[in-house]
Amino acid sequence: MIEVAVIDHGAGNLVSMMRAIETVGASPTLVTEGSLESFDRVVLPGVGATGPAMRTLNSTGLSDALRTYRGPLLGVCVGMQLLFEYSYEDDTGCLGLLEGVVDGIDATPLPHIGWNSVASDDDDGNDPLYYFVHSYVARPRSPSVIGGYTRYGKDRFASVVRRGDISGVQFHPERSGNAGLALLSDFIADVRRVDNVA
Amino acid sequence: MLRRRVIPCLDVKNGRVVKGTKFVDLTDEGDPVELASRYASEGADEICFLDIGATPEGRSTMLKTIRKTAENVFIPLTVGGGVRSVDDMRSVLRAGADKVAINSAAVHNPRLISECARAFGRQCVVVAIDAKRAHSRWSVHTHGGRVDTHLDALAWAARAERLGAGELLVTSMDRDGTNEGYDIALLRALRRRVSIPVIASGGAGSPEDLAVAIVRGQADAVLAASIFHRSIHSIGDVKRSLARAGVPVRETA
Repeated sequence: MIEVAVIDHGAGNLVSMMRAIETVGASPTLVTEGSLESFDRVVLPGVGATGPAMRTLNSTGLSDALRTYRGPLLGVCVGMQLLFEYSYEDDTGCLGLLEGVVDGIDATPLPHIGWNSVASDDDDGNDPLYYFVHSYVARPRSPSVIGGYTRYGKDRFASVVRRGDISGVQFHPERSGNAGLALLSDFIADVRRVDNVA
Repeated sequence: MLRRRVIPCLDVKNGRVVKGTKFVDLTDEGDPVELASRYASEGADEICFLDIGATPEGRSTMLKTIRKTAENVFIPLTVGGGVRSVDDMRSVLRAGADKVAINSAAVHNPRLISECARAFGRQCVVVAIDAKRAHSRWSVHTHGGRVDTHLDALAWAARAERLGAGELLVTSMDRDGTNEGYDIALLRALRRRVSIPVIASGGAGSPEDLAVAIVRGQADAVLAASIFHRSIHSIGDVKRSLARAGVPVRETA
C-alpha cells in the first residue's frame, strides 16, 4: 500500500482529500509535524490562506521537511502556490521549490469559483474540467514547468506545474468528481500524466 | 472557460431534508447523503446544505451528515445555518465542508466575515442574504426570514464584499418556494454593486428559470431545491436547457 502524507496546516476541509486518496487505493495519514521521509508520496493540500499556512509550516518544521523531501510531492490549490518563492497574498515568503511568484488573478468576478478546463493550448471545449476556487495564481518564471493552462476572463494562468518529483495543480482534484480521482490515481501510481493533462 | 454552476440545495433539519414554501410548511424529502450522492452522479456542480434546525443537539447531527457526505461525494459542499463564530466555521470546515455560508450572525456581527476570511481564506466565506422586496428596495431578513432588519440588501452586499465575503448566496424571499422564477431585478442590481460571484436562489420552477437567472440576471451560479428533490426536472434537463440558451455548462455524463 502506498503511504501518503497529507500535510495539515491547520485550516479547512481535509476530509475530502483523505477520503479521495483512500478511494484511489492508497493509505493517507494526516501529518502536523515531524519527518516526511517514511512516506511514499506527500500531498500539500490547499484550503486556507497563504499567511497562516506558511506560519504553521514554519513553526512545525514542515517547511524544511517539504524542502528536503525526495519523492513525488503534489501541491493542491494554495498548496501549489506555496511551492513557489513568494506570494503577494499576505506578502509571504513560500517554500521556494519552484521559481516564480503568486499574484492576483486579473479578471472579475473574484474569486474564480467553479468548473473550468485545463488545456495545454486553447480551450477547445473538450479538455477535462476541474473545480477551482481561488483568487491568486502562480506565475512560474519559466514556462518549462507549466503542464496546463486555464483561462478565466482575460487572464490565462498556469493550472498545472511540474518539475521532476514536484508537481502542483491549482484546482481541487479531491472535489473534481471522476476527473479529479483519475488525476490523484495517476499521482499515486506516479504516472507522470500531470506533465500533459490535455 | 468557466462554466456556470448548477447547485441543488438541501434544507436539512435533524438529519433529514425538508423543503418549505416561503420559509414555512416543512415537508420531509429524504436522506441528505443519499440525495447529495444522487445529485453528484447526475452532474451537480456543487451541493449546498442549509441547516434550518440549527439547535445545539442538531449541530452534532449536522456535522455527522457533513462528514458522511464529504466522504461519499467528490464535489464541493457548501454548508450554512447556525454558524456564529470562527470556531463554528472551523468545525464545519473540518467536518468536510468546502465553503460555509453565514447569514444572521454576519448581520449582527459583521466583523465575523473578516475574521473568518482571515482564518480560512475569503474563498470559503459565503455570505447568505435573505432579501424581501420593500417598495423600491430589498430589505435583509435574518433568523430564517422571521426578522426584518430594514437593512438595504444591496448596501449590505457591498459591505459584505468589502469585509471579505468570497461569494454571495442571495435568496429572494418573495419568490422562494413559489416556482415563479428568480427575482431578476434583484440579481441585476447586485451584479452592478459587487464583483464577487453571486449565487441566485429562490423561485426556480423550471429549467428555463435557471437560464434566465444566468443570462438576464447575470448570476454566476443558480441554486434550486424543490424542482430537483421531487424529480420534476433532473440536473441533466437543466444543463441541457442552459446549453441551449448559450450558457457554458459542465456537460453531464
